[in-house]
Amino acid sequence: MLNMRISVYAALAGIVFTAAANAQSARDQISIVGSSTVYPFATVVAERFGQVTGFKTPKIESTGSGGGMKLFCNGLGVSHPDITNSSRRMKASEYENCQNNGVTEIIEVLIGYDGIALANAVDADLFEISLKDLYLALAKDVPNPDGSETFIENPYTTWAQVNADLPDAKIEVLGPPPTSGTRDAFAELAMEGGCNSFDWVKALGKSDKSLHKASCHTIREDGLYVEAGENDNLIVQKLEANPNALGIFGFSFLDQNSDIVQASYINDVEPTFESIADGSYPVSRPLYFYVKKAHVEVIPGIAEYLEEFTSEGAWGDEGYLADKGMIPLNEDIRQQTAADVAALKNMDALKSE
Amino acid sequence: MSTEERTITQVVEASIKRRYAREKRFRLYGLIAILASLSFLAMLITTITYRGLPAFTQTFIKLDVTLDQQTLGVNDQPDIAELRKANYSGTIKNSLLTLFPDVKKRNDKKALYKLVSKGGQYELQRLVIEDPELVGDTISVWLPVGDDVNSYLKGSIDASLPEKKRRFKDNQIEWLKTLESNDQIAQRFNKTFFERGDSREPEMAGIKGALFGSVLTLMVTLILSFPIAVAAAVYLEEFAPKNRWTDLIEVNINNLAAVPSIVFGLLGLAVFINFFHLPRSAPVVGGLVLSLMTLPTIIISSRAALKSVPPSIRDAALGLGASRLQVVFHHVLPLAMPGILTGTIIGMAQALGETAPLLMIGMVAFIVDVPTAVTDPATVLPVQIFQWADLPEKGFVEKTSAAIMVLLGFLVMMNALAVYLRKKFERKW
Repeated sequence: MLNMRISVYAALAGIVFTAAANAQSARDQISIVGSSTVYPFATVVAERFGQVTGFKTPKIESTGSGGGMKLFCNGLGVSHPDITNSSRRMKASEYENCQNNGVTEIIEVLIGYDGIALANAVDADLFEISLKDLYLALAKDVPNPDGSETFIENPYTTWAQVNADLPDAKIEVLGPPPTSGTRDAFAELAMEGGCNSFDWVKALGKSDKSLHKASCHTIREDGLYVEAGENDNLIVQKLEANPNALGIFGFSFLDQNSDIVQASYINDVEPTFESIADGSYPVSRPLYFYVKKAHVEVIPGIAEYLEEFTSEGAWGDEGYLADKGMIPLNEDIRQQTAADVAALKNMDALKSE
Repeated sequence: MSTEERTITQVVEASIKRRYAREKRFRLYGLIAILASLSFLAMLITTITYRGLPAFTQTFIKLDVTLDQQTLGVNDQPDIAELRKANYSGTIKNSLLTLFPDVKKRNDKKALYKLVSKGGQYELQRLVIEDPELVGDTISVWLPVGDDVNSYLKGSIDASLPEKKRRFKDNQIEWLKTLESNDQIAQRFNKTFFERGDSREPEMAGIKGALFGSVLTLMVTLILSFPIAVAAAVYLEEFAPKNRWTDLIEVNINNLAAVPSIVFGLLGLAVFINFFHLPRSAPVVGGLVLSLMTLPTIIISSRAALKSVPPSIRDAALGLGASRLQVVFHHVLPLAMPGILTGTIIGMAQALGETAPLLMIGMVAFIVDVPTAVTDPATVLPVQIFQWADLPEKGFVEKTSAAIMVLLGFLVMMNALAVYLRKKFERKW
C-alpha cells in the first residue's frame, strides 16, 4: 500500500512537471512586465482587449521599470516577456543588453505623460513654491548661501528659511523611497530643474557630471523628507491626518482624491490635465512601452493589443486612459506614433555617450 | 529557642500576605496581556469589517437599452467577433440621454455617462452574445453604477464639501435623485465579487481569480511537501543512526525554517523558471517554492509528534514480533498523525499568507481570467490585497478590506480543520 502511494505521488509530480513544460512551449497569452506607474493604464487596455477580442487577457506583472527591462532584454522566446512598460526611456546600457541577448528589433511606443504632484490636505493653506525653493528645501547638500560656489549640508529646517515668502512652518515632505520610479522622476525633473537655476551648478553639469548629479539628485536624509513607502494611497491618507505635511505622488492619485488633498502650485502652475499636457507644469514624465518585434508573429494578439492601445478610444483626449488619469500626447504625435506602431517600425539605436 | 520559633512563624505570617499579593498581581498581568491582545484583535477585525462590508453590496441602475444595429455598428447577421466588438457603451449612453434629454453640454454628458460603470457594456455584451436575437430589441437591464456613484451612496464622498473639491458633482447628485425617485436605483448583494477575476473597475473586480489561485497553489504545496516532509521526519526519527551527519542535517533543517521567504523566491526563479523552464506566474511554480518554504516547518512538527509517541508502544509492538516498518506504519505514525496534521496545516496557513517569494516568480500580476489549471497564470489572495491597496480608485479601498475578510475566512477554516482533526485523532495514554 505504501509503495502504491509513493508511486501515485511520483506520477502526480511527473504529470505536473510535464504539463507545465508543455504549457510553456506554446504560450497563447501576451506576457507584459514593467513599471508600476504604467501598470494602472496598461491593465485597463489589457482588460478591454480581453473583452472585445477573442484573445486571452494579457498578464501584466508590476516589476518596476528597471526590473522589467532586465526581464525583457533577457532573450527571445516564449519564456521571456513580450512587452515591457516603462516610466522612462530605455537606457543605452539596457539597449545594449537587449542587443547582446538577441533582442535586436524593438518597437518603442510613447503612450502619454504622467504628472508628479506636490500636495497637502484640503483644509491646509494652498502651497505655492518654485522649483528652486523646492530643491533648496529637499536636497541633501545645497549651494552655500554666502555665494561662494560650494555645497554645504542643507541648513534649512523651515520653509521661511528657504524663502521669506513661504510659510514659517517646519519642512515636512512625505514621498516615495529610492526604489520607486516616482522618486527617480521627481529627482530628475523637480530637483534637477531647481538646481539648474543656479548658473554655476548648471555649468557643473558640463565640467563635473558626477558631482552635478550627486548634488542635484540626492534628497536629504535628516528626517525632514519622510520616506512614506511605495503606496501612494498611504501618502494621501497621511496628508489627510497631518495638515502640516506635503506629499509627493502621481497625478492619478490627485485626480481621484481631490476631496482630500489639494495640489500645490509649482512655478505658479497648478497640475491639471491641460497644464501637464501642454508642458507648462514642470514635473511630468513620459510613459513608454517596448515590444519585441520577433514576438509579434509568434504570440497571438500582440498586433491587436498594439492597435487597441494606440486607438483614439484608448489614448485619445477623450479616451478611457485619460479617464484613469493618463495625460494624452498631442494629436500629431499620436497619429505619427500610431502609424509607426502599425508599421512595426524599429526604434533608433541608443548609444551610450 | 521559643523566640526563634516565633520569629520563623512571624516571618511566614508576614510573608504570606505578600506572596498572595504577588500571585494576584501576576494573574492580573496575565489578564491584562490577554485583554490587550484581544482588544487589538477586535480593533483590527472591526476596522476591516467596517471598511469591507460595503464591498458586499453593489448599487445597480435600471436602464431601458435599445440595442439598435446602427449604434452597435453590426450588420444583419453578426458573427461572434463582431458582437464582441460592437459599441455597447454607445447604447448605454443613448439610453441615459433619453432619460435626461436636457443634458446638452459636452462636460455634462461626460458626467452623466459616469453614472453607469464601464463594466456595464461588458454585461450587455455577455447578454447579446448569449442571445444574438436581442439585437434590435429594447431590453430593461440592471447595470452596475460607476465607482463615484458607489462611493457617494456609501458615504465616502462628502457632499458638504464645495463642488470643486468633490469628484461627484451637483448635477450628478440631481440625476441620481431623479433616478432614485423613479425606483431605478437598487442596492443588491455583490455577486460579481465572488464570480469574477480581477478588473481595473472596482465595481467589476472579483476575488474568485485570486481565491482559485490560492487553492491551486496550496494544493501543489500540500501534494509535494506533505509526503516528503513526513518521510523525512519518519526516517530521521525512527531509522536514522544518531551521528554527526544526522546532527548536521537537523541543524540545517532548523536553519531553513528561519530563512527569509524571499530567498526561496530567488531560488525558485533560478531553478524552476530559468533552469527547468516552467512557466512564470503559474501556481505550479508558486506551489514548488512554497513547499520548499513549508518543508522545514512540517518536518520539525512531525518529528516532535513522532517523539511524543511513548516508547512503550514501540517496545510492545516489537515484542509481539512486528518489524520496524510495521511498528512505524501500524502504530507510531497513526498515533503521531494529529500532531503531524496540525503542523502541516500551520505550514499551509503560513504559505497562504506569503507574497514575497511569489514576487520573484511573477505571481504578482494583473490576471483577469480565473485560473483552472496549475499551469494557468494566477495570483493569490495576499497579492490581490497588496495590488488593490495600491490603486488610485476609491472603490478599491473597500475591495481591499473585503479581500482581507475572505483571506481571514480561509485561514479560520484551515485552522478549524486543524483543531477538528486533532480532536478526532487524539489519543490519551
